[in-house]
Amino acid sequence: MIRFILIQNRAGKTRLAKWFMNFHDDEKQKLIEEVHALVTVRDAKHTNFVEFRNFKIVYRRYAGLYFCICVDVNDNNLAYLEAIHNFVEVLNEFFHNVCELDLVFNFYKVYSVVDEMFLAGEIRETSQIKVLKQLTTLTSLE
Amino acid sequence: MPTMRGDAMRGLAVFISDIRNCKSREAELRRINKELTNIRQRFRADKTLDGYQKKKYVCKLLFIFLLGHDIDFGYMEAVNLLSSNKYTEKQIGYLFISVIMNSSTEMKQLIIQNIRNDLQSRNPIFINLALQCVANIGDREMAVAFTNDIPRLLISGDTLDAVKQSAALCLLRLHRTSPDSLQLNTEWTARIIHLLNDQHLGVATAAVSLIDALVKRSPDEYKGCINLAVSRLSRIVTSSYTDFQDYTYYFVPAPWLCVKLLRLLQNYPPPDDPSIRSRLNECLDTILNKAQEPLKSKKVQHSNARNAVLFEAINLIIHMDCESSLLVRACNQLGQFLQNRETNLRYLALESMCLLATSEFSHEAVKKHQETVINALKSERDVSVRQRAVDLLYAMCDRSNAQDIVQEMLTYLETADYTIREEMVLKIAILSEKYAVDYKWYLDIMLKLIRIAGDFVSEEVWYRVIQVVVNRNDVQSYAAKIAFEALQAPACHENMVKVAGYILGEYGNLIALDPRSTPLIQFDLLHSKYHLCSPTTRCLILSTYMKFVNLFPEIKHHIQDILRHDSNYRSSDVEIQQRATEYLKLSEVCSPTVLATVLEIMPPYPEKQSPLLVRLKQKKPLMESEGAVEPTSSATTTPVTVYIDDVPKLADTAQQNGLLVSLDTPESNGHYEDSTFSSMTKPATSTVQSNKKFLLKNSDIIFENELIQIGIKGETTKSSMEIELYYGNKSNFNMTNFSSNIICTGELESELRMNMEPTKATIDSRAQIKQSGTIDCLKDFRDLPKMSITFYYNNMPQKIDFSFPIYLNKYIEKATMDSNNFFLRWKNLEKSSQEFQKIFPANFPMIYDDCHQKLEGFGWSSLTGIDVNTENFCGAGIIHTTTQQIGCLYRLEPNKQAKMYRLTIRASRDGVAKRLVELLEDQF
Repeated sequence: MIRFILIQNRAGKTRLAKWFMNFHDDEKQKLIEEVHALVTVRDAKHTNFVEFRNFKIVYRRYAGLYFCICVDVNDNNLAYLEAIHNFVEVLNEFFHNVCELDLVFNFYKVYSVVDEMFLAGEIRETSQIKVLKQLTTLTSLE
Repeated sequence: MPTMRGDAMRGLAVFISDIRNCKSREAELRRINKELTNIRQRFRADKTLDGYQKKKYVCKLLFIFLLGHDIDFGYMEAVNLLSSNKYTEKQIGYLFISVIMNSSTEMKQLIIQNIRNDLQSRNPIFINLALQCVANIGDREMAVAFTNDIPRLLISGDTLDAVKQSAALCLLRLHRTSPDSLQLNTEWTARIIHLLNDQHLGVATAAVSLIDALVKRSPDEYKGCINLAVSRLSRIVTSSYTDFQDYTYYFVPAPWLCVKLLRLLQNYPPPDDPSIRSRLNECLDTILNKAQEPLKSKKVQHSNARNAVLFEAINLIIHMDCESSLLVRACNQLGQFLQNRETNLRYLALESMCLLATSEFSHEAVKKHQETVINALKSERDVSVRQRAVDLLYAMCDRSNAQDIVQEMLTYLETADYTIREEMVLKIAILSEKYAVDYKWYLDIMLKLIRIAGDFVSEEVWYRVIQVVVNRNDVQSYAAKIAFEALQAPACHENMVKVAGYILGEYGNLIALDPRSTPLIQFDLLHSKYHLCSPTTRCLILSTYMKFVNLFPEIKHHIQDILRHDSNYRSSDVEIQQRATEYLKLSEVCSPTVLATVLEIMPPYPEKQSPLLVRLKQKKPLMESEGAVEPTSSATTTPVTVYIDDVPKLADTAQQNGLLVSLDTPESNGHYEDSTFSSMTKPATSTVQSNKKFLLKNSDIIFENELIQIGIKGETTKSSMEIELYYGNKSNFNMTNFSSNIICTGELESELRMNMEPTKATIDSRAQIKQSGTIDCLKDFRDLPKMSITFYYNNMPQKIDFSFPIYLNKYIEKATMDSNNFFLRWKNLEKSSQEFQKIFPANFPMIYDDCHQKLEGFGWSSLTGIDVNTENFCGAGIIHTTTQQIGCLYRLEPNKQAKMYRLTIRASRDGVAKRLVELLEDQF
């Protein structure tokens, strides 16, 4: 199960935080800082997985942004690694070459994208075509 | 950026830009406060804000909240947005609620009402928003409120696919947060299972997650999913990637669905039905075959997706642990990955191989890769990969390769990353003890370990070294020799001083004839380290000196001088001062014979689970959710512990005050509270029916929880009881690394002698194993041994501790006699210390036959015709211990009017009568 999804830039600014567990606000802040400290020190030769408390982080870096998914230790690493990429491709398509600023200015839309693809800590929909079709429908609505 | 419509909230974009342009934190704060004031005024003054404005302001508040500021208003406006009939307004309302509102808001009922309205709406987009909101913040109240609406959406024929997907995961959320409040009608079971077959792969993908959770709750009810999961899986893996256009990801058909299905199947043992089973094996075969095909794309996404499925298939193969050909193929595949350029693959291969090493089918196959794994240890750049290599070496170690592996780990330790050194030390210590053929080798390794990684040697490790030496008299002189040599090093780690000090104190005499290590040399060498050590170590060394007084009377005066020295005798450290004073006095006033008794060498330690294994299991800080109830079967690896303990814990020997017994016994306390045992996973609940099991019967269930049932059967001949223990695995997973220990501590060590054969290491799902053994009674006893069971269940370490119910009455042999004889003996036991009497209320209906049966069950006779009052019970028995026989007589007098009993017991040994009364007083 996914415990949370974080998108952070290299400086540690959070661009998306989606929590699938109930945390106190201060705990959230602590988790955000710990994850940032954990992933930014790793280089390209390292794995995309890192143990984190009693869970693990599966992450991938895209330009200046780190996409991190925190999952249970016995979850499938590669499946979540590609779930990140699938999500990024959808964002890229939806925002036409997504960049960090899109995520800032359209933060409320990013949440919609997340809800289409991940719900209750599980993978909900994996077809990019289906997700994008739904998102287009939603965008056309008032 | 997507085309901006007129309602794209320009004000929001401007505000965000302003914030981004702020040069300082103060400027940002000023801008935010200005905006908050503005919004507050708008909300307060203008009751006629239109939906668009409300949405815009609520969205700004949300942005401010996400920047890390508290928001204490605007909740009502957000909830108002829920009843808007415009999607964009509703969406912002729901988003605000999901992100900001915690469960304890007073507007809960209003929110629930709005969600209910949307769930009943005809607009699937509104339904979806409501479902997504429940999936994000659903709690007990919502579970109760929507216990019908949501399942109906899930299984109704006319629901849109997208809604079904959300409904499935929404139910999953409610199931996880409050499993009890969510009542799923059993008539829905079949229809829920059939979602696996849904034409829409997205529906199936979402539904598997729900079904997986439901299966964990009631495996039998959802058994039907096995067949459907296998056939769905089979259709996907045997198809071409072109068949699933929408769901093909870089030439891999529906990888995420496959992974989920393969995980679902890991909830069950291999399918019973031969046709399903062979179909599943074909699937797994196909997946392994595909891994050998050339890649269809150079993109890493392609190989990752393919391997995601492959690794999950291997997990399933390991879980089934029955098809040796599949296991060996899996192992070979992973072996190839060990050489792959991708670090991820090497890492995952090492991780999976660790599991394969535990299967008897593939253990040997894994061992073939030892060389590669050792290379990984030396050459991998990522410390986490090296860590996996260490784990794998540990898992693949057995008697045949232990020497090599331990040596390699030791070599690596010198350069290993600091973060993993302590764990490596533990692993080396465990392996070298477990597979030691020659304990000299073990000691060499351990001393080397302390030498090169002294800082990382935890107390448990060096305690254990001492325990091993104390318990094996064949290595004691060798231990003294190498400990002495180790001390000769110019720089010596303090842990080495502790170990060497302890060993020389016990066994220094064994090397004292060697002119290179005469008593005085030993003493001088040890004392040369004394001033460099911490007070704790100095205390230990003082004890060694005291032992020297006994071993080597010729250096007594040297030692007395040291003890008398101001730095000890008047030390500012209380413990040092006390020891110096007491030891000095002891050495002055005691005769050599008394000294020899007081300072006798340590008796062997009781064999019990190595504390090192416990230490190894201790984990990192946890991440805990606030308030939320986690499902019992949640896939976390938190170990579960169960303590059932009605015996007061023995005081830790090290904390006893008297100096005579506290010569730094490296006895680690058998009880440990692992900090990781937290509320993440609820401890398996246990059923304890009566406090005293197995008391009146010869067979009983002595422990039971959701996973395991333990039964006992015993038969006593004189002072020896043959017992059989039955361990039944009630779960759907195999239990591995199973180990069970009965531990006697304190006085019990000299009162009972355990001789249990080892148990099998694995208990298959729904199977039972038997363990036989004998327990001999050496002396009458009152405490209970501890039973400690550890095993892995679904990769989660489990630990169960409880008191092992063996009572003194098990060694009673029935005795019959006539009335004269009875009263003659009764009178002979007239000393007050031989008799014990107690009056107690009846706990059960006072029926003659029941009492008779219970007394016979207790072990002694229930004689008739002894007492003039035929209502009374009398009887006799002999307690057999290996050293003596204890006669006992009893009289039980019921008083039916008062509903009371009076029980009088007389026994030939003091204290026994009291113990027997205690055992029986609550049984009638």
